[in-house]
Amino acid sequence: MKIAIGSGKGGTGKTFVSTNLFWVASRQGFDCVLADCDAEEPNAAEFISGEEKRVEGVYRQVPVIDPEKCTFCGRCHDYCSYNAIFYLPERRRIQVFADLCHDCGACSYACREGAITEHPKLLGWVREMVTETGRPLIEGRAEVGVYSPVPIITRVIREAGSRELVLLDAPPGISCPFIATAERADYVVLVTEPTPFGLHDLQLSAATVRHLGTPFGVVVNRAGLGDEAIYRWLEGEGIPLLMEIPYDREIARAYAEGEVISAVDDRYREVFSRLLAGIVQRKEMGSRSSARAARPK
Amino acid sequence: MKQVVVISGKGGTGKTSLSAALATMGDQLVVADCDVDAANLHQLLQPVDSSRRLFSTGAKAEIDQQRCTRCGVCMDACRFHAIRFLDDSYFVSETACDGCRLCARLCPAGAISMVESNRSYWTTGTFRNGWMVHARLAPGEENSGKLVNEVREQTRRLSVAEGVDTVLIDGPPGTGCPAISAMSGADLALLVTEPSCSGFHDLKRVKKLVDGFDLPSAAVINKYDLNERVAAEIETWCRHEKLPLFGKIPFEPAVVEAMLQCRAVTEWAPRSEAAGEIAAIHRQIFQS
Repeated sequence: MKIAIGSGKGGTGKTFVSTNLFWVASRQGFDCVLADCDAEEPNAAEFISGEEKRVEGVYRQVPVIDPEKCTFCGRCHDYCSYNAIFYLPERRRIQVFADLCHDCGACSYACREGAITEHPKLLGWVREMVTETGRPLIEGRAEVGVYSPVPIITRVIREAGSRELVLLDAPPGISCPFIATAERADYVVLVTEPTPFGLHDLQLSAATVRHLGTPFGVVVNRAGLGDEAIYRWLEGEGIPLLMEIPYDREIARAYAEGEVISAVDDRYREVFSRLLAGIVQRKEMGSRSSARAARPK
Repeated sequence: MKQVVVISGKGGTGKTSLSAALATMGDQLVVADCDVDAANLHQLLQPVDSSRRLFSTGAKAEIDQQRCTRCGVCMDACRFHAIRFLDDSYFVSETACDGCRLCARLCPAGAISMVESNRSYWTTGTFRNGWMVHARLAPGEENSGKLVNEVREQTRRLSVAEGVDTVLIDGPPGTGCPAISAMSGADLALLVTEPSCSGFHDLKRVKKLVDGFDLPSAAVINKYDLNERVAAEIETWCRHEKLPLFGKIPFEPAVVEAMLQCRAVTEWAPRSEAAGEIAAIHRQIFQS
């Protein structure tokens, strides 16, 4: 079972929730893995320590044009949907902007002269760490300034495999990186906070996850900090409130120090155990009652 | 023209609250909300919108089942694994499709067409201290970097048309395409961090990003009193990196109250310590 932990707004506590769920799950004997899919800002390893087992680069193929073979016909430029090929026919100039390339392969199809070959470009890294309990943490880490972390995210999720419980710490937002994570999940936990910002962004995230057709529930973090509007909205929409985590300076302190609160505070260990049990139960009930029709998304 | 971009790497460090406070101080300016995935600045600035335009984030392939001959050429060519074979039919996964159009070019039956997706939009308007451009990415849409570029272009046009020489940009989290689009062409990046190990970690990444573009930067530690030990570590690192520290904003109830009231803290509680610190940050930005 794959569970993605996400939020529209950054800083609401995605990593906080996913590292605590992983901590309790791995101590309850679940065959679990934590996959840090927030490759632009991977933070799970700041909280979960482990021994590095392997590091592998993630590459994408980018075209290289051989000026000897190129006839400057411009077909590759026409085929490129990303403006990644700069073409000035009157000056017989053609150049690839590797940063804009999406590795779709269209230019290779376009070229009839055999002038295009593809070469790997480093996008980032996948690191596997073995944690205290023997359960793995797999981290995706984009090189700073890489345009899209999606190929790294896809790779991290693939390497996380199909264990009993795969926890995906999702990137913020509602666009490609979040979708690449959430569309591979069986259940999505959206973490929010009870403020106007939190509510507004939750509404967008909820619409996005509904668009994907994945069942989801909400965790309200820093409960007591803001107002009640978020609860009214959840009720009106019929979205399950999975749990509230109180606004507590002790959590902020532990988080700042890189501690997992479940490891140092019995009350929170209990809170996250309940959250985990609730999610697993919901997922099992969901898959029995409403087996989603096999339809392409 | 002076263009200042507020970014952080990590989300939730207080970019938007700080941007709103800076936007409501000093001379009139154009403000751009470039966090199009989770745009919140309009909640604090409450602009009166005057124009709205739909924006195409790209096209997705669609297969006409009547014309499809089930040859599978599209599936073999697609590097995004966006073509799926189910119940003896080929389908395009809308979320996996990258819009490269290769399948549509290769289909021997001409059964594939590209359908534009234009549910996202951008908006321009006025607010109490100038003009504002903001946008909304439709749920499930991709390519937020492209929409950020459009917001920047509209901001530039508006500042020229109105003869305003100050632009403030509220940036998105991360170090990828949307963040790069938000900061391109700026004169100064204000890096907002918080005293936590993850906030510090992401500050280092975003500093590397702005350095890669030779963009001058300065730091602000928000909620610095939540953990003074980590805050001190960040300060030491800033000195070592020769990154000017423009201010340390305390964690005060007034900051949260202001957000709940949808006001900038400098307006809601002008005498608070946080408001005073932000005023000092504003002075340093516009002196330099």
